[in-house]
Amino acid sequence: MAVNRNFRTCPSTGLVYHEPAEKLIRWNAVAGVVSLLVGGVLALLVTLTRWPAVKLLPPDWFYLVLTAHGLDMLVFWIIFFEIAVLYFAASTLLKCRLATPKVAWVAFWLMIVGAITNNIAVFKGDSSVMFTSYVPMGAHPLFYLGFILFAVGALVACFVFFGTLVVGKAEKTYNGSIPLVTFGAVTAAIIAVFTIAAGAIILIPTFLWSVGLVSHIDSLMYRTVWWAFGHSSQQINVAAHVSVWYAIAAIVFGAKPMSEKVSRGAFVLYILFLQLASAHHLLADPGLTSNWKIFNTSYAMYLAVLASMVHGLTVPGAIEVAQRGKGFNKGLFEWLRKAPWGNPCFSGMFMSLVGFGFLGGISGVMMGTEQLNLIIHNTIYVPGHFHATVVVGTTLAFMALTYFLIPTLFRRELMFPGMAKWQTYVYGLGMMGFSVFMMGAGTLGVPRRHWDMAFSGAALPHEFPGAAYLMMGLMAVSGVLATVGGAMYLVNTVGSVFFGKKIVTPDFKRVPVREGMAPARPPEPAVAPAGHGAIGAGGFVAPGTFVLAMVFLTSFVLYYFVNWKYLSTVWPLK
Amino acid sequence: MSQAPATPGAADDDVHDEPIPMMQQLIDNPFLLLFLGVAMPTVLYIVWGVMEIVGIPLAK
Repeated sequence: MAVNRNFRTCPSTGLVYHEPAEKLIRWNAVAGVVSLLVGGVLALLVTLTRWPAVKLLPPDWFYLVLTAHGLDMLVFWIIFFEIAVLYFAASTLLKCRLATPKVAWVAFWLMIVGAITNNIAVFKGDSSVMFTSYVPMGAHPLFYLGFILFAVGALVACFVFFGTLVVGKAEKTYNGSIPLVTFGAVTAAIIAVFTIAAGAIILIPTFLWSVGLVSHIDSLMYRTVWWAFGHSSQQINVAAHVSVWYAIAAIVFGAKPMSEKVSRGAFVLYILFLQLASAHHLLADPGLTSNWKIFNTSYAMYLAVLASMVHGLTVPGAIEVAQRGKGFNKGLFEWLRKAPWGNPCFSGMFMSLVGFGFLGGISGVMMGTEQLNLIIHNTIYVPGHFHATVVVGTTLAFMALTYFLIPTLFRRELMFPGMAKWQTYVYGLGMMGFSVFMMGAGTLGVPRRHWDMAFSGAALPHEFPGAAYLMMGLMAVSGVLATVGGAMYLVNTVGSVFFGKKIVTPDFKRVPVREGMAPARPPEPAVAPAGHGAIGAGGFVAPGTFVLAMVFLTSFVLYYFVNWKYLSTVWPLK
Repeated sequence: MSQAPATPGAADDDVHDEPIPMMQQLIDNPFLLLFLGVAMPTVLYIVWGVMEIVGIPLAK
């Protein structure tokens, strides 16, 4: 069978795109953005319903919309885009042809059919079981079937990614170790394989239960195995968006990691320990022992948290070193003040990093502590946490990367560059506010998922303090702001991809690899290892980042112990 | 084999012939990492968790 070895080199970045890989990256990215569009409209409806002063939808519609919002955002948008990132990291960064493009197309169409089937099942109205779909709450069989088809497609796509690594090594398109960004993508793909396998273990029997072939699914067994899928699916995002941080630092600043060994070591910690954090969803379940809970969420999860702190330190550290090397060497923060804040690629990435660390990271460790978890378990604090990690962290990083991909991958100019400058701020600050106010309301006990926080008309209604209603109102205002930011992103990206001015390169042609594309990297001249010269201050090459890390650690410790103090007031010990 | 390298490039080759450290071999092997990344959570989270649930006495 003839192998397509046609490549093109992007004239503005020098990146090399394999023709079939390029199409697959585009189609997966577009499918992701369409899912984001659907999920974004639903996000506005959820927000306006949970706003106590508005309560837009009736309860049955609320649960339907919440189910579709969770699936379209947490599964379909993110995983389609991640598959695009995997193909980019393997094929483009390794200057390598994509392994088995036809199989990759089969994977793509399986994912499309799965996503559509699942959405149809939800919008029919008999599968409003929410993202978690806990049994014995049953959905239509198409709901599970769609999920399974999508998962199989994503699994096949992961193995196309691994196959591409094998092709790159066999055809010697790279020397030595794979680049760090590709290594981060390997981490994401490994977590994806575990995630999808866990999903299959629990969703296939549940599908059989929904069609009557299995009589009973144990609810605790379901919850335990389901969360190996449900939470790990969000850990794929963490590995993917951290890779995007490194990529954007290199693209915008030419920054090199402060220590490749340390960064790779941190990714290995993700591979070994990150998925175990799934156990924090079960910390209030009586059926599992504290040994299992504490090992998974404390001992193991803290190693993954350590890895996140390493990435959170080395990415801005690398940017600081690169900026100081360019002469922005005054004081602690000139490098940051003079950063290209008008470039949405950078501003989106930096807000993603700060929001993920300060909001998502710190709250995640608090939630992962068995005792502290009791304060906020099943409250709206939990979606506050994961909107900080998955939306501020992942979605914002992916949005930032899109502004780089539109000119290089789609060869189009941005239709509204001025809007793009503002978009990351509107969306990022809106989502940060949304997460913070959700966490505030959750700390006051407001339940998650529930249509009406006051339980109006119930036999035992609950009176929340006025501050809880204030928090929910502020959450909704922030959510509307974030929706505006999301709409700005969609208008700009969809408009640019379909109607943007084409970037025309004179004498453009695709070049077969055998005619000299993707040449072996020339040997680098032997130079004595150089230090960082005269940059930095006080013996640190990145003193500004060190100060930021100390601010982070102080916030972390204070917040952690404030919650212990809060716990002591909830359950006084006498 | 025993001749001294005549060019700087040949000297570089000698440097590359040094044994690759074990950790780097691990990190450079995506399939070994895949095995570890699937085996660890399968054993520590799923198998251990399922064993605990199966061990819960049934109500009578």
